[in-house]
Amino acid sequence: MSDEYIDNKIETKSADSSSGGYAPPADHIPAKEAPDQELYHAKSFWTKWVFCQDAKVIGVQYALTATAIGMIGLILSWGMRLQLGFPETFSFLGPATYYQSVTMHGMIMVIYLLTALFLGGFGNYLIPLMVGARDMVFPYVNMVSYWMFLVAVIVLIASFFVPGGPTGAGWTLYPPQAILPGTPGSELGIVLMLVSLSLFVIGFTMGGLNYVITVLQARTRGMTLMRMPLTIWGIFTATVLALLAFPALFVACIMMTLDNLIGTSFFMPEIFTMGEKLETGGGSPILFQHLFWFFGHPEVYIVALPAFGIVSDVISVHARKNIFGYRMMVWAIVIIGALSFIVWAHHMYVSGMNPWFGFFFATTTLIIAVPTAIKVYNWVLTLWRGNIHLTIPMLFSLGFIVTFVNGGITGLFLGNVIIDVPLSDTYFVVAHFHMVMGIAPLMVVFAAIYHWYPLITGRHLNQTLGKIHFWITFIGAYAIYFPMHYLGFIGVPRRYFEMYDSPYMASGVGLNQFITVAALIVGFTQFIFLYNIFTSWYKGEKSERNPWKANSLEWHTPDYPPTHGNFGKELPVVHRWPYDFSVPGSDKEYIPQHVAPSEVPAAKVEKT
Amino acid sequence: MSQFDIEKLPKGSKGFMYDWGSDQRAFKGVPWGKAMMWIFLLSDTFIFSCFLISLMTARASTVVPWPYASEVFGLTVFGTSVPLLLIAIMTFVLITSSGTMAIAVKYGYEKNRKLCGWFLLATAIGGLTFVGMQAFEWSKLIFHDGVRPWYNPFGAEQFGAFFFMVTGFHGTHVSIGVIFLFIFARKVFRGDFDTGRKGYFTSMKSDYEAIEILGLYWHFVDLVWVFIFAFFYLW
Repeated sequence: MSDEYIDNKIETKSADSSSGGYAPPADHIPAKEAPDQELYHAKSFWTKWVFCQDAKVIGVQYALTATAIGMIGLILSWGMRLQLGFPETFSFLGPATYYQSVTMHGMIMVIYLLTALFLGGFGNYLIPLMVGARDMVFPYVNMVSYWMFLVAVIVLIASFFVPGGPTGAGWTLYPPQAILPGTPGSELGIVLMLVSLSLFVIGFTMGGLNYVITVLQARTRGMTLMRMPLTIWGIFTATVLALLAFPALFVACIMMTLDNLIGTSFFMPEIFTMGEKLETGGGSPILFQHLFWFFGHPEVYIVALPAFGIVSDVISVHARKNIFGYRMMVWAIVIIGALSFIVWAHHMYVSGMNPWFGFFFATTTLIIAVPTAIKVYNWVLTLWRGNIHLTIPMLFSLGFIVTFVNGGITGLFLGNVIIDVPLSDTYFVVAHFHMVMGIAPLMVVFAAIYHWYPLITGRHLNQTLGKIHFWITFIGAYAIYFPMHYLGFIGVPRRYFEMYDSPYMASGVGLNQFITVAALIVGFTQFIFLYNIFTSWYKGEKSERNPWKANSLEWHTPDYPPTHGNFGKELPVVHRWPYDFSVPGSDKEYIPQHVAPSEVPAAKVEKT
Repeated sequence: MSQFDIEKLPKGSKGFMYDWGSDQRAFKGVPWGKAMMWIFLLSDTFIFSCFLISLMTARASTVVPWPYASEVFGLTVFGTSVPLLLIAIMTFVLITSSGTMAIAVKYGYEKNRKLCGWFLLATAIGGLTFVGMQAFEWSKLIFHDGVRPWYNPFGAEQFGAFFFMVTGFHGTHVSIGVIFLFIFARKVFRGDFDTGRKGYFTSMKSDYEAIEILGLYWHFVDLVWVFIFAFFYLW
């Protein structure tokens, strides 16, 4: 890959590098455009670890908070599975509690765990390090972003303790049922949910502006956009999507809160309940669905794109080979992001839209398969003839590719209107989206944690526990979701509290019990993983510097693990992309991004 | 060391390709705060777009007649009823405040502390007048005409709901702007941007660019008003 650098042709400036001395013309990198960032230096424990402005600490705070709330989501799923598998043995979950569990499980996992973990957690930790910045561009706003997120999480948890409990409207919160009596949590629970989501959006906007501007405006010398690791491309594009998609959710939340609290009728049609006509009328429930899914579909890619990016980097590093088709990968990420804004109504095929809408949205939906397939081919081609190290991050990445292909193919089924209509609201849909945006991104989360844990703590995670974690999670996930596809095909409807003796379930009872047992085992394994994380923090095997022999900047900081300000006195100067592994002619197995061409004269491949 | 000189960079479409293919910054010479404000405004545009598109949907789908705007928003002055009088004055005041804001930015860059501060103050007072007149308009609709978010005597009830929600959301934007205008006027008069005094919360230095960034926000709020004006009062 050749990257023509315009400055090389202009030849006007003196060719000097950061060292100040003479540097060969091939090493030329444009001069610094702006003075170094001024940082806030914490003086007390509180400003250093609690109200901290260092993006790395904020990233860890985000990740820990998201994991904590995610554990609640996990435990809720156990309750649901026990109810579905063994409704007679475990009867502690009533119908209302079941719906509340479903709702909170979905909302927590999608927004408070995955979005916060990928963008707030990995974004904060990795963006400044990987683009060669000292910190996020607005550290103070970044700190407020985390605390806003924490408040949103607390409001969400508070909804468990109000009269009526949390909302049980399903994670899509469709009105009018979400705010009418009869739905659990229709009094205070739904209000707290909407408030929590609004706070999340506000908090995220603060963080998101930071991520976007850091990537666009605060890269180090030589770090062109096309030299950024794909991790950054994924997180950056996802953040842009989030900044444009969350407004729709925010507006929907405000309108529904008003419907609920002061009796407006934005989403409320004429309704008779208990034999009486409600005061409301004239509103459009479909409007909410449009607003919600205008947010909801990009949300899928807000979770998926960072996963795409991270997995590309992990595969490349652990297969000791450059990523296949880097530019294609970047454009695929951008195109997927752009397309994700014009596919939202494929979630609404059975909402009663004009049939031509379904035709349009089915077409756009299927077009997304093209860039996504490009990415899958490129991951596989990166592995092809690579020097594959079956480390735990690599295992999880391989697991991701398989799972993502699986979930993507069922997506092709559901993207077609005529196949979607009969499969709509069956377990096939549940299996599809858990595969594609539950298990697949989680595989990447695990890969990323095993990959970057040494950077964050200076220690490795326990390998044995890690292997156990991988195999049980991987095989277990298939044990859970493969049978679910079948249940969907035979017509088992989702969202049903109990279907033990129903005609749908004639052949599915045993399968349902099997799924429940698998889900319990997989869930339990995640606690082993948590145990691994916490014990390895102080007991784990010490990691040497750059244990995976990676090229990107975060592994090459003067202090290991990196400290406040990231790069010591001088910011690094970047000369190449982060994928120079096994370069022909070079005597080094890998060439880090900051190595100048003159230091590796024999390397035969372009530096890009 | 060769210096970064924005004048020497390629211009036009070539410049666009150069900027996005280059290192360090995609928007050459643009400070972080300004880039951030632009992106924030883009995000905010989506919020207001969602509001206004929802309004259009509601208006298109309601079965009850939509109220006649010039009747609802008329004022009776000296016995004659003048349609849209108050709104015309409000819009004039807000657009004028955009003008004073632009002048404040100009004096800011000239480091003319006094005039910059006074024009910021004038802008703030313009904004305050706008919010005050909006409060008057709201109270007239609520107490005099009996319009409520859940009911209105003129026709479709979504009219009241959308009106209070969207103008309220815009009014909140203006009020936040006014608060910041007062804070920045004080900062300018005190000379914070000349002496490099550190911010109370962020403990970071700031300079007159901050005035321009605030100006971007203020112009945006005015621009949004033009759309709200068109959708509620003229349509």
